[in-house]
Amino acid sequence: MGMPSSQDKRPDPSPGYSRYLKSQKRAWWGILLSRLLILAAFLGLWELAARLKWVDPLLTSQPSKLVTTFRELGFEGSLFMHTRVTATETVIGIVVSMVLGTLIAVLFWWSTYASKVLEPYMVVLNALPKVALGPIFYILLGDEYSVYGMAVAISLIVTIMMVENGFKELARTKLQLMESFGATRLQMLRMVMLPASVPNLIATLKVNVGLTLVGVIMGEFLSSKAGLGYLIIYGGQVFQMNMVMVSICMLALMSVVLYGIVNVIGSYMLKKGFHGRT
Amino acid sequence: MSIIGVRDVSLSYFTPKQETEALRGVNMEIEPGEFISIVGPSGCGKSTLLSLISGMLKPTSGRVLIDGRETDGVSPKVGYMLQRDHLFEWRDVLSNLLVGAEIRHMDRERAARRARELLERYGLSGFAGHNPDQLSGGMRQRVALIRTLVTDPDILLLDEPFSALDYQSRLTLAEDVFRIIKDQGKTAVLVTHDISEAISMADRVLVMSKRPSSIIAAYPIRFEEGEGLSPWKKREAGKYNEYFNSIWKDLDGHAIVSR
Repeated sequence: MGMPSSQDKRPDPSPGYSRYLKSQKRAWWGILLSRLLILAAFLGLWELAARLKWVDPLLTSQPSKLVTTFRELGFEGSLFMHTRVTATETVIGIVVSMVLGTLIAVLFWWSTYASKVLEPYMVVLNALPKVALGPIFYILLGDEYSVYGMAVAISLIVTIMMVENGFKELARTKLQLMESFGATRLQMLRMVMLPASVPNLIATLKVNVGLTLVGVIMGEFLSSKAGLGYLIIYGGQVFQMNMVMVSICMLALMSVVLYGIVNVIGSYMLKKGFHGRT
Repeated sequence: MSIIGVRDVSLSYFTPKQETEALRGVNMEIEPGEFISIVGPSGCGKSTLLSLISGMLKPTSGRVLIDGRETDGVSPKVGYMLQRDHLFEWRDVLSNLLVGAEIRHMDRERAARRARELLERYGLSGFAGHNPDQLSGGMRQRVALIRTLVTDPDILLLDEPFSALDYQSRLTLAEDVFRIIKDQGKTAVLVTHDISEAISMADRVLVMSKRPSSIIAAYPIRFEEGEGLSPWKKREAGKYNEYFNSIWKDLDGHAIVSR
């Protein structure tokens, strides 16, 4: 807890410090290089094994074929369409479960009665493997919307629990002050619970990216007619390992991008919420 | 007429497992502008008493009067300063100062003006735009006090406001808080387990017994050195030790639990 600092004047770094900075930089490059090396070695070995018939390329596919398949699927086929479908489903799934989950958590905080009544149901729903609900979603919601059903089913309960836990923590500390000023529940919610929950909401959002993707792909496996999950299952059924592998790579890429976007949104919200005026 | 009246108040807490009698037959009258300290062993219900005066709790029996009227919910005449400052880290200092004003739907412009004046007056001008985590512990508590003053209460309840600080900041802050409260002409009730803090701040010290608590002794604090001594001066004053020893003896019979 230091005194407020204005701009520190920074003197020229001492020789020792320059050396330290240089060695840090060197270490960083070393790490990056090693990472790339692992990837290259993996791909190289895979290609080599397939070429020299150590393994059956029909079963394992091979990197050079993947590039061709990617080009075929990407530019003549519908790879990007499928990616877009999956991405849209995931984003909508995340938004729905975040909003719904936060609302339900607020309800639970507002009404101890509701929270107590619904507690055992939450426990059961949390423990239940949501994939088992697949056929129900398919029958009730049809092939397109059952994907959303699955996505939300998998991420909603966790969202509620994480947000609710954050609320409970806050209720023990900051609300005491609000009470001393005679604040209403709505004021507590607006002035403390929601702004103070921002870091917790961001953490929940990050967890949700992974969970919702699981739900979306699972839903697509079970029922859909489009999306990367569909492409992976379809490729498996027609014994097209190239198609399966390309779809998986695309999926990996997509999830990294989604995670990156969430990270950016998260740090923006933290900066705005916690270091400026509300 | 006394500004705070506590008449034969008892309070019990109920949980499914047990019933705890926290207060039994507490009586006190506090005059406007008085500074009262309440000392007692840990867990004796000192904070409970403050919650009763603020209106956050209702007594199981007895009456709590503010300005002669029975409390009904949190009174706007009462301001509460808590052990922890509870500054919101998502708001800057000025915006934190307006929390109480906002809750009570006071005019924002006027509250902001008052907040700035108070910051200026008590040596925190220039910090309005800072974030709470840029302030030291003592500064944070001063901001917390000003936050309470912005709503302009007549009565200030101080619930061990210095106990989270190191000894040095404690002495300095006690000095500052005393000066601010006297300067603003507020009635104050300070709850503490620190006997010397109680003597040095107050016009009158009340001693509470352990649970179920009641008030077992009252000491009007008067020094021959004069009226209106600062807490620091009081600690050096002649009768200080005498008061300290008497209160210590009162508490001794009731086993102080160290915290």
